[in-house]
Amino acid sequence: MEAAQFIAIVQGLSAIAVGLLIGLASMGTAIGFGVLGGKFLEGVARQPELSPMLMVRMFLMAGLVDAFAAISLAMGLVLMFAKNPFLAAVTAAIKTTAQ
Amino acid sequence: MTPETTMTSAQYIQHHMVHWQLNLQTGHWGNGGFWVLNLDTLLLSVILGSLFLFTFYWIARKPKPGVPDKMQNFIELAIEKVDDTVKDSFHGDRRFIAPLGLTIFIWVFLMNFMDLVPVDFFPRIFQWAGVEYFKGVPTADPTLTFALSLTVFTLIIYYNFKAKGVILLSREILSRPFGWYLFPINILFRFIDELVKPMSLSLRLFGNLFAGELIFILIALLPWWSALTLGAVWTIFHLLIILIQAFIFMMLTIIYLSMAQESH
Repeated sequence: MEAAQFIAIVQGLSAIAVGLLIGLASMGTAIGFGVLGGKFLEGVARQPELSPMLMVRMFLMAGLVDAFAAISLAMGLVLMFAKNPFLAAVTAAIKTTAQ
Repeated sequence: MTPETTMTSAQYIQHHMVHWQLNLQTGHWGNGGFWVLNLDTLLLSVILGSLFLFTFYWIARKPKPGVPDKMQNFIELAIEKVDDTVKDSFHGDRRFIAPLGLTIFIWVFLMNFMDLVPVDFFPRIFQWAGVEYFKGVPTADPTLTFALSLTVFTLIIYYNFKAKGVILLSREILSRPFGWYLFPINILFRFIDELVKPMSLSLRLFGNLFAGELIFILIALLPWWSALTLGAVWTIFHLLIILIQAFIFMMLTIIYLSMAQESH
């Protein structure tokens, strides 16, 4: 069955794309958080009296780092659970050829 | 929180992705491309904004002498913290910037807080009233976050002109960062630099809240015992995120405005 093959190819590639979207984004964010937390601890160890100020700055940076991972995660989840536009295009093409 | 039995999970998620929209060209409900009003976003954001303004005005109108009560304490704390933050980053007259920062912070926080309301709460209520689609989080709608960030963008341009004047500003645009001889590249760099600001502001807020809402929707699809525990865990984590995102929006607004005011 050719239609099933096409759908299977698109589904498989979409699954890989979702994995890359979520995985690479979370990997980058994990490295970023590691560097951020390490530098924060270094800074506090050097000058403990600055720790409240550094804490606020660290959370600010954490939010900045977090944003791109969240966007990537949302895109991946939409592709996986909600409507997959690539698959919809394939099914629409199959329907028109079947008629 | 369980979906109707006739709906598949993909349909349930897609149902939660559609706004309550008014088509301005035909006057009917539904999507009309560009000329469309997202009524759910407008309704919730206006209600929350007026709630914020009314509460703060009500408390500030008659401050109690002596021992302040809890609400007054909270509002004084918020105002002082925001004012201190603005004082640290913005040098100059802050009679406009500090209230702007406070408004952005509290309003964005309240709108983000709608994310912690159960995902089917607003849709069900409005379903009884005959509205088919309703999205409960105003900041998970790109139109609202772009409206916020474009307002900030307009203010950035205004402060650029106000602080430097046309001559100084054009000299800065033409000659920084590479000197006079490379002025086309300087203009291009400045252009990208300014355009990235509203894009990153709005997409960051939208992306975070959209991802959070999506995960809440996915949790709602699970059986109730795991939905309860996972929902509690994600709610606690998300409480931190929504506060940080509101704070970041305020902080970056202040930083961008102070960058606009100071010459490079």
